[in-house]
Amino acid sequence: MKERAAIIGVGQTPYKSHHDYTIPELSQQAAMEALDMAGMSMDDIEAVVYSMAPSEFLGVNEPDKWCVDAVGGRNKPFMRIHTGGATGGSAAQAGFFHVASGLFESVLVVGADKVRECTDSQQVLNTIWDPVYERQFGLDTIAMAAFQAVRRMYKYGTTEEQMARVAVRLLQNGLNNPKAHLKGKITIDDVMNSGYYEWPIKKFDTCPSSAGGAAVVIVSEEKAKKLCNRPAWINGCSEIANTVFMGDQMGGAAEMDYADWDELAIAAKEAYGQAGITNPKKEIQVADVYAPFTVTDLAICEALGFCDKGESEKLNEEGFFDMDGEIPISPSGGSLCTNAIAVTALARVCDAALQVLGKAPGKMQVKNVSNAVATGIGGSFQFHTIMVLGSDYN
Amino acid sequence: MAKDNKGMTLKGGWNVEYNYAVGKPGAKFLNSLKNDKKIIAPKCPKCGLVMLPPRAFCERCFVPAEEWVEVGNEGTIQAFTIVPVKFVDHPEPPYAIAYVMLDGANTAMVNLVKNMDLSDLGKAAEKLAIGNRVKVVFEKKREGSVNDFHYELM
Repeated sequence: MKERAAIIGVGQTPYKSHHDYTIPELSQQAAMEALDMAGMSMDDIEAVVYSMAPSEFLGVNEPDKWCVDAVGGRNKPFMRIHTGGATGGSAAQAGFFHVASGLFESVLVVGADKVRECTDSQQVLNTIWDPVYERQFGLDTIAMAAFQAVRRMYKYGTTEEQMARVAVRLLQNGLNNPKAHLKGKITIDDVMNSGYYEWPIKKFDTCPSSAGGAAVVIVSEEKAKKLCNRPAWINGCSEIANTVFMGDQMGGAAEMDYADWDELAIAAKEAYGQAGITNPKKEIQVADVYAPFTVTDLAICEALGFCDKGESEKLNEEGFFDMDGEIPISPSGGSLCTNAIAVTALARVCDAALQVLGKAPGKMQVKNVSNAVATGIGGSFQFHTIMVLGSDYN
Repeated sequence: MAKDNKGMTLKGGWNVEYNYAVGKPGAKFLNSLKNDKKIIAPKCPKCGLVMLPPRAFCERCFVPAEEWVEVGNEGTIQAFTIVPVKFVDHPEPPYAIAYVMLDGANTAMVNLVKNMDLSDLGKAAEKLAIGNRVKVVFEKKREGSVNDFHYELM
């Protein structure tokens, strides 16, 4: 390795609470849109990576096998990738590896999810924790975010209003994205009055449970140059895992503090190195990040090297990460507007790729993007993925 | 697509029960809670890390952790949340949970914080602030699970 690889097509269904379509249908819709943008047909695809997270939301076991035919996987190499919420980032990475290895010239990465067809998504998410020591205390993803929030409050003096300001930015951005699930012009007070789920996390600090599909087409250098005027080159791609035990990341013996995402910082350093990026603040114009809660957006901006630790809160208040700020974060509205878990990190890759391709709709497009970043997060804030996309290859 | 096909759904569900093996360190730890009202933890022979929840080996040094130590019945809050709403298969609201670094341990363990006023979330949060101290309280009836104890403010 490595052969060059690029994204030349992306597809996403609209996201909402309920779709009248099945998972194979949603997957197919996303796949066809991505192929259409790439100017390719299903016959041109040599292998399929299927992006599927916990299947308990759907209540269909091994849903990847349900979707083989719908996404053109018949008679082709087909694999499911699963790293919880980071699944879509890992699936994109697997698709990249297929092409970068030189073994395949055109790969489809596709998936879909419906997080709200079950009674209570937090009932399902509770089951990802250890059944002997942790599950019985109601651990879930909201608690996971609450723990990070209280640690940031302790370490950096973060306020609930500062977290709320993230929701104001992201829901505003969502207005520019026709595919986004939640969107709207809201105020910090609206967030503060939205009601506590798990203190200090409130309803508007929290992503919705979304349904929808996403897909990307990844091709070799030769195909990219032939089929696309401005491919989104995959210049950097990295992934990192950490312990399942959140309590290991607290106190004096902790290797990393749960307040920060030092794991993502390590993965970012690796991906930036691959992409030849030495000053992310200057060289990256936009990031679309997997922040399912307001507090996580703050930790990500620091881990990506856009500011120092504990500085995100203030910069966010000053508009540094707004659409007209220095580095717009999640012009799509990101994961706070839309969270169809199996494809949320893949949607980040789609939305970052759109920025480089110059095909983001209307006001969602950031001007003069030469480098864009997509991230993913899964498990108990445990799996981090990052992809660096560029208008030129490194 | 015909209009009368819109919004059609079918009911379904999974109901699977399990008998989870707790592992050998798990059995030792849970039996100690039940029989001795003591919280014990394995200690890494190499780096000295005292780990809760207990594990068979040190995940930093990759050596078996076969020496056990008793940790204190008091500790320091490292993270917490208070939950005023009902989620399926979660404790009955309102409830508070905290990650606590018990004295002598090097990793924090989560449990409920009971017997405190949760009617005002902001005030309760102040009492649960990181750095505050809690004590371990054992239940009268113990069954060999982490529910055999809880935390209380000091």
